[in-house]
Amino acid sequence: MPLIKNGCVVDNEWTFIDDSTDPDGTGLVTVSLPRYLQDVTHERTRNVTLGVRLTPSDDPDLLLPHLDHLPLIEIEFPKYTDGRGYSLAQILRRRHGYTGELRAVGHVLRDQILYMNRSGFDAFETARADLSQVLEALSEHSAYYQPAADGHPTVFARRHLRPD
Amino acid sequence: MYRYDEFDAAIVRERVDQFRGQVSRRLDGTLLEDEFKPLRLQNGVYLQLHAYMLRVAIPYGQLDPAKLRRLADIAERYDRGYGHFTTRQNIQFNWVGLKDIPDVLQSLSEVEMHAIQTSGNCIRNVTSDHFAGAAQDEVMDPRPWCEIIRQWSTFHPEFAFLPRKFKIAVTAAEDDRAAIRVHDIGLHIRRRDGQIGFEVHVGGGQGRTPVIATKLNDFVPETELLDYLEAIMRVYNRFGRRDNKYKARIKILVTETGADEFRRLVDTEYAAQTDAEKIALPQAEIDRIHAYFAPPDLTRKPARSQILETAQAANPAFQRWIRVNLHPHKQAGYASITISLKPIGGLAGDATTAQMRVVAKLAEEYGHDDIRVTHAQNLVLPHVALDDLPALYADLDGAGLATANEGLVTDMIVCPGLDYCNLANARSIPIGQDIQQTFADPDYQEDIGRLHINISGCINACGHHHVGHIGILGVDRKGEEFYQISLGGRADHHAAIGDIAGRALSREEVPDAIKRIIDTYRDLRTSAAEPFIETLNRLGHTPFKEAIYAAD
Repeated sequence: MPLIKNGCVVDNEWTFIDDSTDPDGTGLVTVSLPRYLQDVTHERTRNVTLGVRLTPSDDPDLLLPHLDHLPLIEIEFPKYTDGRGYSLAQILRRRHGYTGELRAVGHVLRDQILYMNRSGFDAFETARADLSQVLEALSEHSAYYQPAADGHPTVFARRHLRPD
Repeated sequence: MYRYDEFDAAIVRERVDQFRGQVSRRLDGTLLEDEFKPLRLQNGVYLQLHAYMLRVAIPYGQLDPAKLRRLADIAERYDRGYGHFTTRQNIQFNWVGLKDIPDVLQSLSEVEMHAIQTSGNCIRNVTSDHFAGAAQDEVMDPRPWCEIIRQWSTFHPEFAFLPRKFKIAVTAAEDDRAAIRVHDIGLHIRRRDGQIGFEVHVGGGQGRTPVIATKLNDFVPETELLDYLEAIMRVYNRFGRRDNKYKARIKILVTETGADEFRRLVDTEYAAQTDAEKIALPQAEIDRIHAYFAPPDLTRKPARSQILETAQAANPAFQRWIRVNLHPHKQAGYASITISLKPIGGLAGDATTAQMRVVAKLAEEYGHDDIRVTHAQNLVLPHVALDDLPALYADLDGAGLATANEGLVTDMIVCPGLDYCNLANARSIPIGQDIQQTFADPDYQEDIGRLHINISGCINACGHHHVGHIGILGVDRKGEEFYQISLGGRADHHAAIGDIAGRALSREEVPDAIKRIIDTYRDLRTSAAEPFIETLNRLGHTPFKEAIYAAD
């Protein structure tokens, strides 16, 4: 599935391995949160670079000890109307200061990408929007009232920064 | 009232362009209906029984003449010459074509209006006291904080796909006219040791499972309000149920989690906020927004008006309208007046283009350009000099807008029902009209006094039947419409959910049953000064239930 990151189409080097499959060999893999917490300190993972895939009901605080060396966190949107992933992203970025890749996977559509980006996602795995559509979606607004993980200054603040 | 600066204007303009693109992608098939649905809903576009319906936001129910005239223009050009004011202080147009909606939004944006988040599973239009800024019993004008909440909640990226819709109401008055205890979040502005803060109620609501809100916090200082709201919203967004839309409102989360545990979750989330996460609303910004709501420049006047008293003595109908539709103002010599949109036999909340234009003109001439929409689906001119009331009345009367029934038995909240809505089980409008006819005699209604009858055509409760002193709920029995009566509901500071009285009645039985309830009240009240709801609470429901079924 196409992957768009930081405004470019990029190759997806990562593979998600579900809990019933044994991670063998080497490479870049994402696993579920329970498996990540179990495997991250495990011998078998030595030749594997681990990322994690969160489901909407996961507790992102459990990743706190690992965030410094996590290269990728995927957050799954089982249905685009399930908005829990936005909160997980905001917590990881704004509360816990996570700086690695934060990727939206699952039911990712053009018209949700702006909110996803504001909430902290920098990568979108989607078959339903091409690069030009994603870029268009990201440019639909020039001002935002509330702070979010994108770090954009709020309208509340910008109003008082103007040199009057 | 609040005026847009360049940021507000840009945000609304960009939204119009964005939605225009979404509509064109829907019309060319790029966007599937299932994908388009939440997008159109977040712009107030519903697919109703007969056509698309557009719900336009009227933030905290405030309009000015230019806005109201624009609504009239839209009703004339794109609808059938009228608009329908709603229980959330908004306005709906029932016959707008989808392809025209971007142009309607464009037109609205020119007068600083929009349809943003008037539907969908997001934070909806914030509602408030329709007498805000004029009421004697408020600790401050609640509108500045409504506006701050409006801005904060507009396109909030984290809370656009909540488990379900989310409604916030704000009051600053002892007499709660904003029904805050039946909202997802109800805020009551309090003053403590010279500081402004918010008493926070959470988890109230109507619908299938009516719940009176739980008090979550006695006093959240004003500077912390938005951060505290963020904490509540995040707890709800993460933990609210998404498996069943009828169990997805925050009231169910609060009920199932338990109030204490819910409070602990919010407190924990709030305590976990880092400085970097705080909204840090600059004091200068709080002050800037408050400045827009400075009281109008009202000339000092004596408390009594000779002009008014002379006119009252000469015209009993005017005298009645003054008795019934006038609300005291904080400044002597002025009043707030209700323009009833509940004429006998009319459609609750409907106004024609001509009526909208009359109200706009009168607000300019006599009302300091201020117009409010009430949650009971009427209009209010909050600041009118007593001296101007006779002239105002004459013009209203000429436009069919001088019905003297504010808060009386014929001033009912009535949902559109089966005549318009694809959720309804039964018609609401004809039932309301039948009841109005029963009590059409103005002396009779005035003798009955304050009494709220609310009518919903289905259990979604858009007609607020749970909180009517007398509630009427339409139900479907094998293709036939029946109506269930409940007693004792109220939406004010003593909020309560009504109790179902017994078996449902046929449409023909309803008006007489209501009349028997009310005549029982008139027999049993201690005096005409004891309102229906007080008599009901004093005596219990039994005599009134017996009255309903006395014809059996």
